[in-house]
Amino acid sequence: MSDAPELVAARDVHVTLGGSEILRGIDLSVRAGEVVSLLGANGSGKSTLVRALVGIVPLSRGSVDLFGTPLGPRLPWQRLGYVPQRVSAPSGMPSTAAEVVASGLLGGGRLRLPRGWRARTTEALDLVGLADRADDSIAELSGGQQQRVLIARALVRRPDLLVLDEPVAGVDKPSQEAFAATMTRLVDDGLTVLVVLHELGALAPLVERAVVLRHGRVVHDGAPPRASSTHAGATHQHLHPHEPADGDNPGPETGLADTLNPDLTAGHAPRTAS
Amino acid sequence: MTTVLSELPLMLTDPLMQRALLAALLVGVSAPVVGTYLVQRKLSLLGDGIGHVALTGVALGWLVGAATGVVPDDALAIPGAVVAAVLGAVAIEVVRERGRTSGDLALALLFYGGIAGGVLLIGLGGGSSGSLMQYLFGSISTVTPADLALTVVLSVVILLVGLGLRAALFSVSHDEEFARASGLPVRTLNVAVAVVAALTVTVSMRVVGLLLVSALMIVPVAVAQLVTRSFRRTMLVASVVGVAVCVLGLSFTYWNNVSPGAAIVVLAIATYLVVAVLRPLWVRRRPRVARDPHPDIPDDLELDLVPSGANRTTGGDSCSA
Repeated sequence: MSDAPELVAARDVHVTLGGSEILRGIDLSVRAGEVVSLLGANGSGKSTLVRALVGIVPLSRGSVDLFGTPLGPRLPWQRLGYVPQRVSAPSGMPSTAAEVVASGLLGGGRLRLPRGWRARTTEALDLVGLADRADDSIAELSGGQQQRVLIARALVRRPDLLVLDEPVAGVDKPSQEAFAATMTRLVDDGLTVLVVLHELGALAPLVERAVVLRHGRVVHDGAPPRASSTHAGATHQHLHPHEPADGDNPGPETGLADTLNPDLTAGHAPRTAS
Repeated sequence: MTTVLSELPLMLTDPLMQRALLAALLVGVSAPVVGTYLVQRKLSLLGDGIGHVALTGVALGWLVGAATGVVPDDALAIPGAVVAAVLGAVAIEVVRERGRTSGDLALALLFYGGIAGGVLLIGLGGGSSGSLMQYLFGSISTVTPADLALTVVLSVVILLVGLGLRAALFSVSHDEEFARASGLPVRTLNVAVAVVAALTVTVSMRVVGLLLVSALMIVPVAVAQLVTRSFRRTMLVASVVGVAVCVLGLSFTYWNNVSPGAAIVVLAIATYLVVAVLRPLWVRRRPRVARDPHPDIPDDLELDLVPSGANRTTGGDSCSA
């Protein structure tokens, strides 16, 4: 694993937005073939970190290399697939699922759709189980289906690295299960994944490494932590911030705390032995 | 007896009307193409802002023309409008990208600054604000062969960018952050939309006038949106509507002494109303499935819920014992 090429190499990443320092010196490395989840409470900086990694948010200090190339026009953008958090308000302009997915074929020097875009679009929609809805307006799709369209838009370019931001937040159960099945298949085919999650949920079996953020810093990098003791198990679902467990490090600045208990004192060893 | 039919050949052979109709045709196709992107980016009023700035450009051109003794004294009005509109559009785009001032505030500043600057400059140039009327409300009868040539060239540029880069412009207009993360040159594309919008304003200026330019970009798109479900078709239908209202509205002014801009825009809005009323007739009615609008999302609340109705029949200890 450790000789696999480094697809994401972030060093000392600082991001300042609106005068406040959101990220304070993040180092992150993702190697080919890994499935890494980025965990943390709301407001811990997970979304900002992935948005900085894919070039949406400018860095105030530090550097990000993807595929061994610094962020910029020379990056092999076609190897990167990005799935943003779903915007719930649909744009006023009618557009079909196929049109939205096709826009994922552009970029990295390509301004026009390639030949055969239609077939590739259908193929990508098929991966998320929506091939029959290709010509429907996205406004007619459910929230979970809209999220799957965004995943298809990232997959249509056949990326080597997929970066997802809360792909299952607020998504209905069938869509969550379809998503987990799709991801399992793609990871088996060698896709590298960096995924922001509020909780491991249905993806727990896939995730082999977790990075936990608190207050814009990495506080854990290693085996996926289990949820705090107030919850039953690793696959337990929850969608709202909880009260911190006793003795846990509460988040004084945001008032929100995550429920993950990385073993900060015992080092970053996998917890399977205990 | 003169009927519309007997006068039609007369209208079509009138060289002045031929030029005017050709200009109207080009404007009718290209304005909705650009308007589709503006509506998608929620910048429907951008065309108005640019139009007001273009007025200052017209006056500036007039002032320069008067000072340098160019004949006729409005020969530099249109070049002045092109320059001012492009600069204004790029300025709006910069303000929008920086996000320092809210978009509508920036537009408001342009509206007032553009109008006031135009009236002020035209006064200094020795004209009256009456001289601006033909630019404000359109004056198709003054389309010279040179104007027409400029209209053709600019329309070709607008259509080349608007249609040729459709997929890329769709991507930035639909989801700018995703476009950035996919490696598209987002800033260049945004500036391209702004410049093309500015060119559209100056091209349409002669036909509908600066005050109504934006209507020609936006109203056909509003009509199309009522009946379409894809972006491509919205753009196509909008262009068809744009051509129809431009040509029909302009023909109307051949027999009636009214402003072409007003005729075209009133016709476009009437089309919108008719389509909105008739829409239920030809939009495919979706089968109404009784479905729960709440997504089936797992929560971690453990509630002692007894199925409603069940507690009454089976009894149990839930009631006071």
